[in-house]
Amino acid sequence: MRTPPSLLSLTIDKAVIHLSHISDLSHLPDHILLDLFLRTLKAGKLNEKVLKLFVATGKDEVLLLIRALNIKHILTPVLPTNFNLAWAIRLRTFERNTCCFWTPNKLLDLDIVLPICKMSQEYIKNSEVDIVIGALQADLSSFLNEWRSIISRFHLIIVQDPDLKEELNIPEGFDLNVYTKSDIDRIVGSFGSTFFSGYSCRYFGYLISRKKYIISIDDDCFPAKDNMGNSIDAVAQHITNLTTPATPFFFNTLYDPFREGADFVRGYPFSLRSGVTSAMSCGLWLNLADYDAPTQALKSQLRNSRYVDAVITVPARALMPISGINIAFDREAMGPTLFPALKLSREGNFRWETMEDIWSGMCAKAVCDHLGLGVKSGLPYVWRKERGSAIDSLRKEWEGVKLMEEVVPFFQSVRLPQTATTAEDCVVEIAKTVKEQLGRVDPVFSRAAEAMVEWVKLWKKIGSGSSPGI
Amino acid sequence: MASTPSLPLLKDELDIVIPTIRNLDFLEMWRPFFEKYHLIIVQDGDPTKVIKVPEGFDYELYNRNDINRILGPKASCISFKDSACRCFGYMVSKKKYIYTIDDDCFVAKDPTGKDINALEQHIKNLLSPSSPFFFNTLYDPYREGADFVRGYPFSLREGVPTAVSHGLWLNIPDYDAPTQLVKPLERNTRYVDAVMTIPKGTLFPMCGMNLAFNREIIGPAMYFGLMGDGQPIGRYDDMWAGWCIKVICDHLGLGVKTGLPYIWHSKASNPFVNLKKEYKGIYWQEELIPFFQSATLPKDCTTVQKCYIELSKQVKAKLGKVDDYFIKLADAMVTWIEAWDELNPSAEKSTELPNGAAAK
Repeated sequence: MRTPPSLLSLTIDKAVIHLSHISDLSHLPDHILLDLFLRTLKAGKLNEKVLKLFVATGKDEVLLLIRALNIKHILTPVLPTNFNLAWAIRLRTFERNTCCFWTPNKLLDLDIVLPICKMSQEYIKNSEVDIVIGALQADLSSFLNEWRSIISRFHLIIVQDPDLKEELNIPEGFDLNVYTKSDIDRIVGSFGSTFFSGYSCRYFGYLISRKKYIISIDDDCFPAKDNMGNSIDAVAQHITNLTTPATPFFFNTLYDPFREGADFVRGYPFSLRSGVTSAMSCGLWLNLADYDAPTQALKSQLRNSRYVDAVITVPARALMPISGINIAFDREAMGPTLFPALKLSREGNFRWETMEDIWSGMCAKAVCDHLGLGVKSGLPYVWRKERGSAIDSLRKEWEGVKLMEEVVPFFQSVRLPQTATTAEDCVVEIAKTVKEQLGRVDPVFSRAAEAMVEWVKLWKKIGSGSSPGI
Repeated sequence: MASTPSLPLLKDELDIVIPTIRNLDFLEMWRPFFEKYHLIIVQDGDPTKVIKVPEGFDYELYNRNDINRILGPKASCISFKDSACRCFGYMVSKKKYIYTIDDDCFVAKDPTGKDINALEQHIKNLLSPSSPFFFNTLYDPYREGADFVRGYPFSLREGVPTAVSHGLWLNIPDYDAPTQLVKPLERNTRYVDAVMTIPKGTLFPMCGMNLAFNREIIGPAMYFGLMGDGQPIGRYDDMWAGWCIKVICDHLGLGVKTGLPYIWHSKASNPFVNLKKEYKGIYWQEELIPFFQSATLPKDCTTVQKCYIELSKQVKAKLGKVDDYFIKLADAMVTWIEAWDELNPSAEKSTELPNGAAAK
């Protein structure tokens, strides 16, 4: 168990959150100023005003850091750039870490080296992120304390599984809201009791959040370490994934071309190099991977120890199982797409006994493919602790496994009409097709379709608008 | 469930094809891994030059004179003064599998510092199934220490035969000329410990530097096009082959893997020379990609040769409008198949495959 952060550390974290209210930093001791600067940078809160604040202190170490990182004030681009065809490239032979914009039209004009210093990656504000946790166990202290240094600067939404009777044990020092069965009942009525139980309780959090990005991690997952033994900031990686473009229309063999040290390979069409908005980031798991019960039962010793240092855009039209264990998405873009509509009759409290995220994920992939949004998979990893018994879960009916067989051909062929231009439209269209085609195979699909339609209505009523429907 | 097959070395079933114009000293480094295998060396450029092959390797060498002699008038389909000539090696081979590597590619080390036996990994890739119909988030489910994840349909877990294993490169990455020009110092230092199947319906840029394939099930489609001397384009040979084979693999229900193994790519070619070669390709690519993305093959194309001939017809009809080069290329594609069938008349080993698996 790591030691809790010091009072100083918590104070600096709070200062980062309230930087916009601070007008003078020159009174701060050097080491604290430096720490504040680094955390500000990490939190993505270094805008022009804040940079001026730090520069105004005149402290050597901070100024040195600013020069070393080549942080400059943003200049207006001199060349008119067509952003659909341009991408930022770091030129190492020219001015150190200068970015320039490059268009195919200017292929041979290599003397275009502009001192444009827009950072190639978008920095987002902490206030644009909600971390949604579904609490399936009452004691969240070890979970939250292990994640503290990574998530304490963000707002948390904790949704208590309505079936969990005990009161939640939550440590101090977090900016959070907790929602219990009574909140769920009050806001969404009986709809909630049907759909927001067990692992699905988190979707209530998605509904009431108003942030642009949501990150959701199961409460039995902890920060992992990479191959070098460094702690992985899963939240930062998810944010990076969501704020850099995705490339679903052509496979890049060197994986994510927007990562440091990588790029598009020879043969990658230039017109596709600007990429599309990333709407989902699906992380992975070390130790207990997200296998189904038969697999884990058969290979009881199988643990995932392979750290694959890659982020990949899952190509358009490729189907995939989107696990809800370690996931992030752009709530603005996805809207009501993620929803546990497919309710197994004997869904349980272990991931092996659920399919809600898989169904939800298949719909999400179809929506993203239709709307031209990207889905990424790969980093970050979380460490998933041992929980439950795969063999015991085998005894429960594998309703979900059987249903998947019906679901796959459906999603392989589903095509949404051009008129569906928003996530809401897409979900309604999918629901229609599900009812028509899968409804006759099994009534569980008709119910799922109806639920999806209800959910979109609920989303429009409670999930949109400026204030959360509390 | 996934199981690891025991590894036959395939030493009598695999040929290593190497195109070269210089010497083959690089083979010294590969000796512990390649010595047991038969090499097919395709000498490009001046046929009077003598290529020195290090002692102890079992090889056959073909220069331009040999190519002309063996293929006669059909030799026109084999490129001259371009590494695309390597596909002649695929044609004359009698083995089931091919591994092709460039003469500036060396043995790489994995993160533990151990030498990577690239050939062994390629063989593992080719001998285990692919999973193109559904993406497995834990990558290759047939690898030791991995499996299919929750939600992966059981009916798709048997996989399909793997036709191609596409390896990657540490050090000098395979960038195009524009990228090379702006990032001359970038090196690929990231070892990504994964093999994955490229999903059906998705195209990719296939690099011929570190490539292995099952000649029996996809060989005839591995034509590397008309490049080099007398041609308007270069450095698109492997790209062209890659788009063709992917369309055909998707049609026939075969898999293409990419990822491990890594080799160490040591030589960066001159980016200005590359730019001249690639220039037309960069623009034509914008037409080529939509063409391949929408290319469909009729159900009666049940062999690789039939698929390829059909594709050549479509190339002529649709890409002929982009440039006359594609009309020439389409003809060369047909010549290639004729030459292939002439040199490989086997009737017993059929390349006929059922048209698509159940989940298509």
